[in-house]
Amino acid sequence: MTVESTAARKPRRSSGTKRAAGAASAAKAPAAKAAATAQNAEPQLVQLLTPEGERVSAADNPDAAEFLSFVEDITTEDLRGLYRDMVLTRRFDGEATALQRQGELGLWASLLGQEAAQIGSGRALRDDDYVFPTYREHGVAWCRGVDPTNLLGMFRGVNHGGWDPNTNNFHLYTIVIGSQTLHATGYAMGVAKDGADSAVIAYFGDGASSQGDVAEAFTFSAVYNSPVVFFCQNNQWAISEPTERQMRVPLYQRAQGFGFPGVRVDGNDVLACLAVTRWALERARRGEGPTLVEAFTYRMGAHTTSDDPTKYRRDEETQAWEAKDPILRLKTYLLASGGADEAFFESLEAESEALGKRVREVVRAMPDPDTMAIFENVYADGHALVDEERAQFAAYLASFEEGH
Amino acid sequence: MAVEKMSIAKALNESLRKALETDPKVLIMGEDVGKLGGVFRITDGLQKDFGEERVIDTPLAESGIVGTAIGLALRGYRPVVEIQFDGFVFPAYDQIVTQLAKMHARALGKVKMPVVVRIPYAGGIGAVEHHSESPEALFAHVPGLKVVSPSNASDAYWMLQQAILSDDPVIFFEPKRRYWDKGEVDTDAIPGELHKARVAREGSDLTLAAYGPMVKVCLEAAAAAAEEGKSVEVVDLRSMSPIDFDGLQASVEKTRRLVVVHEAPVFLGTGAEIAARITERCFYHLEAPVLRVGGFHAPYPPARLEDEYLPGLDRVLDAVDRSLAY
Ligand SMILES: Cc1ncc(C[n+]2csc(CCOP(=O)(O)OP(=O)(O)O)c2C)c(N)n1
Repeated sequence: MTVESTAARKPRRSSGTKRAAGAASAAKAPAAKAAATAQNAEPQLVQLLTPEGERVSAADNPDAAEFLSFVEDITTEDLRGLYRDMVLTRRFDGEATALQRQGELGLWASLLGQEAAQIGSGRALRDDDYVFPTYREHGVAWCRGVDPTNLLGMFRGVNHGGWDPNTNNFHLYTIVIGSQTLHATGYAMGVAKDGADSAVIAYFGDGASSQGDVAEAFTFSAVYNSPVVFFCQNNQWAISEPTERQMRVPLYQRAQGFGFPGVRVDGNDVLACLAVTRWALERARRGEGPTLVEAFTYRMGAHTTSDDPTKYRRDEETQAWEAKDPILRLKTYLLASGGADEAFFESLEAESEALGKRVREVVRAMPDPDTMAIFENVYADGHALVDEERAQFAAYLASFEEGH
Repeated sequence: MAVEKMSIAKALNESLRKALETDPKVLIMGEDVGKLGGVFRITDGLQKDFGEERVIDTPLAESGIVGTAIGLALRGYRPVVEIQFDGFVFPAYDQIVTQLAKMHARALGKVKMPVVVRIPYAGGIGAVEHHSESPEALFAHVPGLKVVSPSNASDAYWMLQQAILSDDPVIFFEPKRRYWDKGEVDTDAIPGELHKARVAREGSDLTLAAYGPMVKVCLEAAAAAAEEGKSVEVVDLRSMSPIDFDGLQASVEKTRRLVVVHEAPVFLGTGAEIAARITERCFYHLEAPVLRVGGFHAPYPPARLEDEYLPGLDRVLDAVDRSLAY
């Protein structure tokens, strides 16, 4: 799915008049109070599909109005496609979690709860756009056509990447928090230099927004007016630390200080994520520079399989977010609107089963790398020291075979 | 007497607790150190008992963590900061190298920098990349920093106390794959000097020098060598900056052979410095060149290869044999 038709439209910049005014009046209040208000206030979300599974109209929600045009072309079939993407991504993710429990993976970072943010934004992209993920973007990878089993290699411990970033314009996962936002910015600077109209998208978390690298990425992209979308999945937690430990002002508002627009979208609403990302990508293509999208969502599971969230967060909180489930709400809508029938859900279930089975089989058959792979690709041009150490180590290993 | 058997993790926890109790200026800072008690639970329960003003969950920003610790130290506090994993210290590397290390000298000795940077380091836990590295040489190379690594529970307890008491910045490397190893800790003991090497096992034919996670491997190698009639001494260096060359020299003058073992890449590593110094100091005593066993000039490999990558018993014994063959 791509949208070119709405390219000429200029939606209101969300960090512009309305929200800026709100921020300014808050600033008049004593600082501590203003910060508290900003944090506690119900977030102003762009939402096109409510948690109850109802479509939002322009009249219902003026904030959403300007974005509705970006999904005008979405057909019922497209909606079923988005639903399928989310279901299969969740299934893949659940399978990976199970495989970790069975000892087949060393670690897994689950995306449970974040399917809409990833599928919505991922389906907004064009093939020639370039994606810089962090380590949890399994749904975006799915949208890019990366075989999901490729994502498992690094979590199994057989490689540090597992795919060629240029095949699907989907960069390798980045574990050092926030680093990739600068790579995305640089890539976008290159796109602009080339006069191309591709866009670049960088994914990162709410915790990552505290890193200096992310601030520097904002600065560079603003100064060079780079065609990059910063897509922050605010899943409320950075391991054990809630967003209050990272910021005192809603994240999307930060963009304003750097001179580009920021918008907060309901990250559990796949349609809104699609619309807002398309809007941001089009700004980038038109040469209007960077955008910050804050997808307001929730990490339903643990940070990773090594983490124990019961140590730091309450069940009630998690349960409250369960009611906003991204998949359930689209299902409700599809059923109520007659967009899908039982046969559709049944065949999708079968497809899920097949995917799960394939993932299990591929992972279990994934061989350990050859020992000598340690010395591979250390340099592109080769290196005398590596050659020497490789030869020494090979001789050492061979000495065992000779019954040393 | 307060002798208790505990894990290295517990010893570190007890050590931090004692430091918080004794000196109101001591602060703990880092990501997830509060409610969660750190991803390795080294700070478990400390926020509950000492409050959020003393045990501080920080934003996810390592440059910020070390940079603000420097400011707090300038204000008279003694911050002990936790970097979650070895590979994540680099956003803070600038602050550590260009600021923390040099502040005392720049201020002509007028300011002190009692900052401890705790880093769980090295491999062996099957983690994904950036979670298993041994960057100690990068810090030991920097004048102004002290760099240490305990190998057992007693040292974990006491060296951390001493690091916190030090008016110099100390990079405190914790061997994460040994966190659960238990040992006796005498919390009333009078500890030895922080930077003094320790003879962990006596021997007469050859000295194995190591620190942190590799001490255990060397002790196992020495035990295996003993079965073949070779008497191997194991020196736990404990400190990589400064290095106790006097202590090591004494051992080498006795055994006349030295093999240095560490997980970090051998090239330009701490072993290189040790080999050069010991060769200078013990040239006429040595029966063999100083040999080094360590990591390759290659990125730390994916988990499924770390058993091959990490120096184990066989590689250490191979070096012992090579040295003895001279
Ligand atoms: C520079 C750096 N510091 C610390 C870590 C350890 N770490 C991994 S994920 C994480 C929390 C990230 O939170 P957030 O950015 O909100 O993303 P999320 O995992 O919630 O998607 C931390 C502290 C890291 N990977 N990199």
